[in-house]
Amino acid sequence: MRQHQPTHQPTADDIAGLIARHAGTEGPLLPILHDIQDAFDHVPQMALPLIAEALNLTVAEVHGVMSFYHDFRKAPAGRLVVKICRAEACQSMGANALSEAVLGKLGLDWGGTTRDGGVTVEPVYCLGLCACAPAAMVGEKLIGRASADRLEAAMEGAA
Amino acid sequence: MKIWVPMDSAAKALGADEVVAAIHAEARARGLDVEIARNGTRGMIWLEPLVEVETDAGRVGYGPMTPGEVSAIFDGGSSLGLVEELDWMMRQTRLTFQRCGVIDPLSLVQYEAHGGLAGLRRAIDMSQDDLIDEVKLSGLRGRGGAGFPTGIKWDTVRLAHADRKYIVCNADEGDSGTFADRMIMEGDPFCLIEGMSIAGIGCGAVQGYVYLRSEYPDAIAVMRRAIELAREAGILGENVLGSGHAFDMEVRVGAGAYVCGEETSLLNSLEGKRGVVRAKPPLPALEGAFGKPTVVNNVISLATVPVIFEKGAEHYADFGLGRSKGTIPLQIAGNVARGGLFETAFGMPLGEIVNDLGGGTASGRPVKAVQVGGPLGAYLGTSQFDLPFGYEEFSGQDALIGHAGLVVFDDSADMLGMARFAMEFCAVESCGKCTPCRIGAVRGVETLDRIRAGDGAAVELLTDLCDTMESGSLCALGGFTPYPVMSALKLFPEEFGAVREAAE
Ligand SMILES: Cc1cc2nc3c(=O)[nH]c(=O)nc-3n(C[C@H](O)[C@H](O)[C@H](O)COP(=O)(O)O)c2cc1C
Ligand code: FES
Repeated sequence: MRQHQPTHQPTADDIAGLIARHAGTEGPLLPILHDIQDAFDHVPQMALPLIAEALNLTVAEVHGVMSFYHDFRKAPAGRLVVKICRAEACQSMGANALSEAVLGKLGLDWGGTTRDGGVTVEPVYCLGLCACAPAAMVGEKLIGRASADRLEAAMEGAA
Repeated sequence: MKIWVPMDSAAKALGADEVVAAIHAEARARGLDVEIARNGTRGMIWLEPLVEVETDAGRVGYGPMTPGEVSAIFDGGSSLGLVEELDWMMRQTRLTFQRCGVIDPLSLVQYEAHGGLAGLRRAIDMSQDDLIDEVKLSGLRGRGGAGFPTGIKWDTVRLAHADRKYIVCNADEGDSGTFADRMIMEGDPFCLIEGMSIAGIGCGAVQGYVYLRSEYPDAIAVMRRAIELAREAGILGENVLGSGHAFDMEVRVGAGAYVCGEETSLLNSLEGKRGVVRAKPPLPALEGAFGKPTVVNNVISLATVPVIFEKGAEHYADFGLGRSKGTIPLQIAGNVARGGLFETAFGMPLGEIVNDLGGGTASGRPVKAVQVGGPLGAYLGTSQFDLPFGYEEFSGQDALIGHAGLVVFDDSADMLGMARFAMEFCAVESCGKCTPCRIGAVRGVETLDRIRAGDGAAVELLTDLCDTMESGSLCALGGFTPYPVMSALKLFPEEFGAVREAAE
């Protein structure tokens, strides 16, 4: 959910600190993964054994959980993440053409990042903006009745 | 001068924050003192950003507002009139959403002034037996999709013997075309907190979780803040409103998996596991979160509980149709002229919702089909527009009302493409536990591609595949994906090559 860039590569101490926040909570694994991704824009491989040890799980189990969910990234995304809704209500208002236009212009496939690391475009299945479709999210900014032009303007505004 | 501008995500997505900045600038230029308050949305998304100015007669609306037009607010330019008297508002029965769009979502003072906490206070004075009878009497059924009677679910949890029980609110709202959960969490979060507290007291649970999807950052922030405020005010904690009952809750954020809206998958996710579906039995009511008896209810089911206690179960049950009692927040979305949320008694015919409330398509072209109930819901054609909106009425047509989202499509919709999307979505989101869903959905995409390429014989294969998925899947993801596919095929056979076949 955060869009600013992490200030440094995560260290074991950083990860331990984030894990410690959840000591004693029920079912802490997802909150821990979220906190790490919020801080570093991804969940680095080196975090998995630390989490596993703290929660008395195997590394394979932690990896299994992390990889199940679409949200968690193994590597940082571009500086700006653009999410375009692909679900039905947005399709009824031209979301397919919209995403083709945006992806085409940036020369990307879903999930791809521009070469300069500037923009990553990801699909999202419903933002709850179905009554003002098509919908998108540029960084933290929500956009209803989105058009390629409005998305481009928002991307420039965020850059 | 007091001006209201919604902070709802949809209003923001349409420029509400820019409008606020423009109002401040205009007021400064005119040397006027304005107070801008933020409310939720009234649900008239086609009028957002809907600015409301307080007057002696009531709140006067201006919308859809743009930053360039804010001077009209000060000049008394062309307004919509009193918001409460707009046709869309007058025709509703706002029970669950009575405060949404009216109050500052994070003001407990305003919440109480508009009927908030009256339900909880009444519930506190009841025995657990009477409390749950009240829910049963109201006829409330789960608004998450399955329509299971809420009171019966609560009773099972109440009667279960355990050292710890949970109330889990399903705020995963993944269905396209739905936003009622988001709207109430952003616009009246205390209502959900109050409903969960009543559930906790009724069932003897002391801990609640709101499992809230990560795609809703605003709702997450508002809910978290509301929980803090409720705790400070003694509505949550060791001694709920001095009743001697303890109940507290917290928000847990999902991680982008549609299937985690399915209750057992949700519970696994909450426990920090992969969100795979669990076999039932055991029912979550007996072995739910962390193996303990657990109520899993949708946001709207829980947020409707306070008004049932405030106004009485009979008042609520007097609305509706047959076994679909009370009101339902219709969410009208997609290619529609007037999209938004409209709370009304069950029973309104589908065509009236689409054409009369929604005003037909946004594109101005004829309506082709309406998908009701999210990605697992059937497409309905205009020939079915007499169908009253109710659980049994829809299931009788191989359709479902689900979470009451309606997505309208105009005549340019590619129904084979939509059927393919249903299968593709199921393939992407399948938890992988059962074969009919995991493999079936992939085969479904391939089969629809063959049909697209002109292989008419593949239609029979598709039908068989849908039968297998429907009867053999562990949960409704694989089990109901055939609904949109088969309904599209039945309504528009010519798009699946039937005409070409006949001509050959
Ligand atoms: C694939 C799938 C997704 C679901 N998604 C949701 C959801 O997002 N929200 C919800 O309340 N129920 C969802 N459900 C229904 C839940 O399993 C469950 O029936 C519901 O949370 C019970 O609450 P209720 O009785 O208040 O409706 C989903 C079911 C399936 C099979
Ligand atoms: S379908 Fe795109 S926002 Fe809901």
